[in-house]
Amino acid sequence: MGTSLAAAAAPMPGPVRLFWRGFAENRGAVLGLAVMLVLLVVAVLAGQIAPYSPIEQFRTHFLAPPAWAPGGSTAFLLGTDDVGRDLLSRLIYGARLSLLIGLSVVALSLSTGTVLGLAAAFAGGVVDVAIMRFMDVVLVFPSLLLAIVIVAILGPGLFNAMLAVAIVTLPSYVRLVRASALSELARDYVTATRSAGASTPRLMFSTVLPNCAAPLIVQASLGFSAAILDAAALGFLGLGAQPPTPEWGTMLAGALQYYQRAWWVLAFPGFAILATVLAFNLLGDGLRDALDPRLRR
Amino acid sequence: MTEAPLLQVDGLKKYFPVRTGPFGQVTGQVQAVDGVSFALSRGETLSVVGESGCGKSTVGRSILRLTDPTAGEIRLDGERIDTLPPRQLRAVRRRVQVVFQDPFSSLNPRMRVREIIAEPLVNFGLARGRAAITERVAALLDTVRLPGEAMGRFPHEFSGGQRQRICIARALAPGADLIICDEAVSALDVSVKAQIVNLLADLQAKLGLALLFISHDLGVVEHLTHRVAVMYLGRIVELADRASLFGAAHHPYTRALLSAVPLPDPAARRQRIILSGDVPSPIDPPPGCRFHTRCPFAFDRCRSEAPALREVGPGHVSACHLTHEPGEALALPAAATGGA
Repeated sequence: MGTSLAAAAAPMPGPVRLFWRGFAENRGAVLGLAVMLVLLVVAVLAGQIAPYSPIEQFRTHFLAPPAWAPGGSTAFLLGTDDVGRDLLSRLIYGARLSLLIGLSVVALSLSTGTVLGLAAAFAGGVVDVAIMRFMDVVLVFPSLLLAIVIVAILGPGLFNAMLAVAIVTLPSYVRLVRASALSELARDYVTATRSAGASTPRLMFSTVLPNCAAPLIVQASLGFSAAILDAAALGFLGLGAQPPTPEWGTMLAGALQYYQRAWWVLAFPGFAILATVLAFNLLGDGLRDALDPRLRR
Repeated sequence: MTEAPLLQVDGLKKYFPVRTGPFGQVTGQVQAVDGVSFALSRGETLSVVGESGCGKSTVGRSILRLTDPTAGEIRLDGERIDTLPPRQLRAVRRRVQVVFQDPFSSLNPRMRVREIIAEPLVNFGLARGRAAITERVAALLDTVRLPGEAMGRFPHEFSGGQRQRICIARALAPGADLIICDEAVSALDVSVKAQIVNLLADLQAKLGLALLFISHDLGVVEHLTHRVAVMYLGRIVELADRASLFGAAHHPYTRALLSAVPLPDPAARRQRIILSGDVPSPIDPPPGCRFHTRCPFAFDRCRSEAPALREVGPGHVSACHLTHEPGEALALPAAATGGA
């Protein structure tokens, strides 16, 4: 009925456009987004892009240098490792693993953290105290140390490493959700919605949670890089992905003894981790700036 | 008034425990509301006035069951609602709605107006299907005199007065019998305030709503209420119809409040009662009459014996030991008045 009127009026910038305007101002964030998209494409198309299989060994080319270095060949653009596997192919397949790790860890700790945080905020009392003190206990230990302990109990392997990292990063999500939920709960619209007959689950997930989304999105994107970094660290320590899996941290661990003879076996996986983590951190910062409600409206 | 009142509140008490120390021992109680009783009929407006912290909002929240009262009975159409289990509370929630003070925090910033107003309709199962809901929302927006195109917008695109209209539409949506307006117009500009007050009065006349109007603004209250309850430190000190209260107040506290309302006529003169000191803490209220620490007319009995509400005129009750007639000037024991 009033649609013609609305169309005639000056178009209000939609929330998406408003968000993009804020986000695009931050060059670092756009760069981070670009790197992330490239990584995504590489990960998805790894089978098509990679010149070789990540575990295929070329017995005649141990520790071949990159193409542009003396003695290098264009057959192996980034050189080969100590058992003659193509580094470029391993890095490309490693991107797939790293994104998978980041995604699973964030999904696991975000969902669990959201449920626990909302439960703590809504229930209060004993439930709140129990959940939050347990999270404090988890926070007391240095995260990597705790992750190592968890992997030591569960046994090494990529899946257990992801589980360990998810547990270690859980407290920050729980705290964040609880804190934002508590501040939203104190606001009148929640009370009004309650008196409008909303059930508690509805109040939790469709009234309060969407209003806590902004800090959560930021935390998730920063958590993505933390997860990749932690999983790489576990891999480096031999507790994460096991060789010959082309996981970046595991690749570093295997190449450590060759750092004087063949810098490339260390430099390229290290650079891949650096670039990915940096990209997600920049992205997270940009999201934080763009989603901050105090800067909008 | 032969039929049962819509809302009957009897001896309502709400104490909040005070926890101190590292283990949170209960060391005291905030007596936010201490024995409040009143009744409200259909189509009637009862205003609850008093200064900050006197417990007027807690009364509203108790009726809404947003906090559980410590003691007392709340009845809606004769049925006790203060002890209802959550399942049956939903039916009561449908009939008692609320409009809050701050129109900027009382609307969910992530929802469009259509969803906000549709929420009670959906939750209470009052309208099903997109078309039916849209039709109801449009009708409600029309009732509060907002254009139908408001439906697709977000709350932050509206002014304070418009938002308060949206809040009123949401309160009307489930077909409420009683709307509690908790300082509903206090945050608005004077002109907008008048519009909202007039809207509420029109809606009441049209729909037969009962309004519980919680406010500290006697000027607004005088404009729209039928009866007024004056609260001080968790108790009602005076309850009367509008004409008696504004024309012939009995309780010294009511008189002090009235004398503080600005008069629009610069030439007008009247007796001003200026209260000194602060409101005593509700954790440790004074014995006897709670107002005696600040009352210029207090005498010995006030310090030891709490006055009960007694009838001082038709439908006019006041909790004061003084034996003067309503409206009669009081002689001051000391020079406590500023004869402006």
